[in-house]
Amino acid sequence: MIRKKSKLSENEVKHVAKLAKLNLTPQEVKKFQEQLSEVLTYVEVLKEAKTEKTEPTSQVTSLENIFREDKAKTSLSQKEVLSGTKQNYQGFFKIKRILNNS
Amino acid sequence: MELTQLSINQVQEGLKKKKFSSLEVVGSCLEKIKKTNPKINAFLTVCEKEALAEAKKADDVLNRQLSPLEHQPLLGIPIAIKDIFCTKGIKTTAGSKVLENYLPVYDATAVKKLKEAGAIIIGKTNLDAWAHGSSGENSDFGITKNPWDENYVPGGSSSGSAAAIAAQMAFGATGTDTGGSIRLPASFCGVIGLKPTYGRISRYGVIAMASSLDTVGCFGKEVMDLAILLQIMAGADGFDATAPKLPVPDYLNSLEKPIKNLKIGLPKEYFAKGLDTRIKKRIQSVVENLKKQGAKISEVSLPHSPYALAVYYIIQPSEVSSNLARYDGLRYGFDRTFFGAEAKRRIMLGTYTLSSGYYEAYYLKAMKVRTLIREDFDEVFKKVDLLLTPVSPTLPFKIGEKTADPLKMYLSDIYTVTANLAGIPGLSLPAGLVSNLPVGFQLLGPQFSEELLFQVAYQYEQKSEFYKNNLV
Repeated sequence: MIRKKSKLSENEVKHVAKLAKLNLTPQEVKKFQEQLSEVLTYVEVLKEAKTEKTEPTSQVTSLENIFREDKAKTSLSQKEVLSGTKQNYQGFFKIKRILNNS
Repeated sequence: MELTQLSINQVQEGLKKKKFSSLEVVGSCLEKIKKTNPKINAFLTVCEKEALAEAKKADDVLNRQLSPLEHQPLLGIPIAIKDIFCTKGIKTTAGSKVLENYLPVYDATAVKKLKEAGAIIIGKTNLDAWAHGSSGENSDFGITKNPWDENYVPGGSSSGSAAAIAAQMAFGATGTDTGGSIRLPASFCGVIGLKPTYGRISRYGVIAMASSLDTVGCFGKEVMDLAILLQIMAGADGFDATAPKLPVPDYLNSLEKPIKNLKIGLPKEYFAKGLDTRIKKRIQSVVENLKKQGAKISEVSLPHSPYALAVYYIIQPSEVSSNLARYDGLRYGFDRTFFGAEAKRRIMLGTYTLSSGYYEAYYLKAMKVRTLIREDFDEVFKKVDLLLTPVSPTLPFKIGEKTADPLKMYLSDIYTVTANLAGIPGLSLPAGLVSNLPVGFQLLGPQFSEELLFQVAYQYEQKSEFYKNNLV
């Protein structure tokens, strides 16, 4: 098999970082471009595996849906739930605006 | 003999016969931690005050009640917890600056069950941040060093738990294993590490890495200790839908059974090029030991093994990118600028392989090859009862040796990721020393065959007496 080097472009790295909400320095972009390309080249070995008739595995112990009675149980108190946040308002998490007024 | 050298089973006996108190046991561990931890950095948090208070309470119960250890097998015994398990009121960092100040408001199920069994939480152990790593070097709070030689890595990601057991700072420890994070450090530190079947122990309250692979397990010095710990932690809790409601067998029952005529396979793909010949030699001596006991050894094949690491390094980062998406610094912890280099690398890789246009080529393809790997194991377990393989292709490596080359680091997991992909249990055991550094081997069995793994491990332990190699 011919191994083509699947090198990520600098722009692709920046795009993926944006999707993942990560701020990368120019040095990081360069480093990740190289390191991620290396890993992506390594995993190309999977192209050799024949999987035309194979179903994907996402759960290994063959469990299916697990049900329980729809009954409320005691849960954490509001105070406990908010104990890790730096900003809260009247018992709610306070977050930045995500929609504009218009 | 120092108290800290004892096994869990021996501490139980000593407490029962009043040879020593829980306060003395806890005190001996704390002393060891004070002496050794500044050098090897196995603990991120030591719960000194709380542990001493708990020990006094345990001694009260031990003095008052007739046989409390029958109901609480770990009463008064110090256990270390990997810092990725939520512990109520005790800082839980996952080894990352993102969670530097995170104080959980509830206990993980595994921790809750240990506490209910009387265990004393002695502290929280260091790890590669978010359990991403094979060496312990990705911790945001400093490297854990190998207690056998401080120039070497202890293996990761459960680096602190393995090092704490090897350096005798606790009698048992919890760990998580997504691609080898229990078995690799166990082998590098010369202790025993169990990665149970996927779902055997609930993951509720354990900070998630890759959800189709994550497994909770444990460390100890002797096989019986691991059986005791699994007995306590196993079983469904109603909070982890992947933990099946299967009965939990009595894991101590099978230990004494002889292994004559048991069929053990050596998968040839695990002994091919790339394996250090000195490790191969150590493993041959293990095979000889089992042969002498009447086990039937044969060579077998798991033909899709060469694809396992590639499958793992698609599925795992994909699931990592999804699980770490929740860290936004709004409800707890700090924002995403606090992620370290390895977390960023895996989030990036996973985001890419899951992104539109690449999903089929990477994630879906990997899940299909995962099926082939799983079927290899199904086939081979029709022929043999269990498998014996190396844990790591190399000896413990030097600190800094692989940090500049992530792919080289990832290759450390080549023999361990298959058990996670197939959801089967793996038990890593000491196979002796090479150049005064520990070497391990692993036993792999069908899903929910932990009893069988313990049985073979125990019989090997009795004949090889590997525990005599313990660090003092």
